[in-house]
Amino acid sequence: MISSLPPALLFLVGAALVPLMPRGVKKAFMLALPLAALYMIWQTPLGTSWSFSFLDMQLVLLKLDRLSRVFAFIFLIISVIGFLFALKVEDDLQHSAALCYAGGALGVTLAGDWFSLYIFWEIMAVASTFLILASRTKAARAAAFRYILVHLFGGLLLLAGIVLTLSAGGGVAIGALKLEGAAAWLIFLGIALNAAIPPLHPWLKDAYPEATPTGAVFLSAFTTKSAVYIMCRVFAGAEVLIWVGAIMTIFPIFYAVLENDIRRVLSYSLMNQVGYMMCGIGIGTTLAINGTVSHAFCHILYKALLFMAAGSVLTMTGRSRCTDLGGLYKTMPLTAIFCMVGSASISAFPLFSGFVSKSMIVSAAGLQHLTVIWFMLQFASVGVIDHAGIKVPYFTFFGHDSGVRASDPPWNMTWAMGIAAAFCLGIGIFPQPLYSILPFAVDYAPYTGAHVVGQLQLLLFGALAFVLLIYSGYYPAEIRAINLDFDWFYRKGGRAFARLMDRGLNGINAASDRWLVSDLTGAVNRFARRAPVTISKGVMIPLWRLVGVRGWPLEQKKRDLERGMAIGALPVGVGAAAAALMTLIVFVLS
Amino acid sequence: MRELKIFDNPANIKRLLIALFIFLAGLLGADFLIHKHAHFPWETAPEFYAAYGFLCYLLLIVLAKTLRIFIKRREDYYDQ
Repeated sequence: MISSLPPALLFLVGAALVPLMPRGVKKAFMLALPLAALYMIWQTPLGTSWSFSFLDMQLVLLKLDRLSRVFAFIFLIISVIGFLFALKVEDDLQHSAALCYAGGALGVTLAGDWFSLYIFWEIMAVASTFLILASRTKAARAAAFRYILVHLFGGLLLLAGIVLTLSAGGGVAIGALKLEGAAAWLIFLGIALNAAIPPLHPWLKDAYPEATPTGAVFLSAFTTKSAVYIMCRVFAGAEVLIWVGAIMTIFPIFYAVLENDIRRVLSYSLMNQVGYMMCGIGIGTTLAINGTVSHAFCHILYKALLFMAAGSVLTMTGRSRCTDLGGLYKTMPLTAIFCMVGSASISAFPLFSGFVSKSMIVSAAGLQHLTVIWFMLQFASVGVIDHAGIKVPYFTFFGHDSGVRASDPPWNMTWAMGIAAAFCLGIGIFPQPLYSILPFAVDYAPYTGAHVVGQLQLLLFGALAFVLLIYSGYYPAEIRAINLDFDWFYRKGGRAFARLMDRGLNGINAASDRWLVSDLTGAVNRFARRAPVTISKGVMIPLWRLVGVRGWPLEQKKRDLERGMAIGALPVGVGAAAAALMTLIVFVLS
Repeated sequence: MRELKIFDNPANIKRLLIALFIFLAGLLGADFLIHKHAHFPWETAPEFYAAYGFLCYLLLIVLAKTLRIFIKRREDYYDQ
């Protein structure tokens, strides 16, 4: 079966079968499927397969090159970890949705043509929505609704771009595009929406914190990183991405500092990390692309780890707000340690995975002498140590003791976190295996004295500032509040728009009814009834005036005319009747 | 349920902070021992990264607190 189906379809078929399986089989199947697919990708030589013709288009369901292979690997690795984490969830909806979602991500990654890419793109959008809906709360339903609307819009942008490309004679095969013309820009915007590039980003921080504890792990991996992959494939070297990416590293960190919900802090942090990747894609050199791809690889692991830690806390305590948490290290020491491994990795501490990947992007910016960008990226690195490096573990596991006492989660969740943490440390200490599967040959040494000392100074003197700010009481207090972001425009703005449309359009409707249907039609009706009199009067009165009829005789003539019109006894009527009679006689006699 | 209480003791927090300060001092010292290969001239300035990290952190917090004045809303803001 394995070799008779492309890996993405394997997941879709699996998703359909899962609800029919007995419990034990189901659990084994969910772990075995991504492992089998991983083995299959490992064994497949680079090249294209499952290629066939459809509606005059050459579709390719498996295009394996050095770029798509890395992403396929990491998507499958995180699927194994994610399904292990979700193993004890008794909800087939979530399992099926997650399998479809993973299949969609894999399909996008391995697709060789725009048509199949689009299909898998939409499968991802729909399947991921169910991971949010599966929380079965009012807030989750509302967030899922906004999420799917935004993604359908993004999908339409992509589709429009693809259709324009095809109709302009461009091939259906996915290849590099120049960022000029409507078609390329539409494709770019469609991808940018899934990559959560500001201001197209708020769906992410809106929806991910509402997902189920296990669903958020899959969400954190697939949508944004498949967008990173396709952006890398199609728009590498597009200069606009350098600035967009740098802004994207900085913009979310302010929100992450202020945000109260841990999973929302992690959502903002996710955008910040994708910002580095976008910047790397924009720089476009081999070092930058290698940096982007390796950073995506590492990021998926440590971000999933952080979402698993937050998910474990949520599962065990039912809480996810900083204001409700604190002191959990006392009874959840393993979760605390794994969370800190994730924090150290995302902060790019030496010996942890972020260090060996992010530094490639920052170095690439340095090599190109992009001075402002370089300062922005370093500033953002300090921002990461604040919110993801310190804030998340500190306010959850240390800080003020909330009095909550919950134990570490069940074995499968602990192991899933442990495996992800092992990857984070393993890659950080031995980056070579990761470097060897990157798209280009790597000529980069992360562990130099200057780099290690510089990075430690940057991070730990930031940490020193945190210590001083906490003790001085200046560090922003955790408060139960939300912060306005761009989703205001469609949440409040949308409501105002609906009201405006309601008042505006329904107002126009009512006015139209009053003026057009009642007033105007009545007027037309009256006019039509009186038309002969009015028109005749309009013609005759000036004539009578012209020949000198004035005063009482004129009034008399008007009355005669009206009466004559009313009973049809007008001279012209007699003339017409005579003419009609004549015609009849001629017709009968002839 | 077994409970760890290591940080309930203020002395342990003090020890942790002292360890951090010693490590920071070591980093400041190490700056003079390493061979710097820089993309930009300021990277070779003494203790550049320490100063930049510290100042960025302060700037981030000051800006974030300022931003909070404008964007903070009640939790039920969108439900109203």
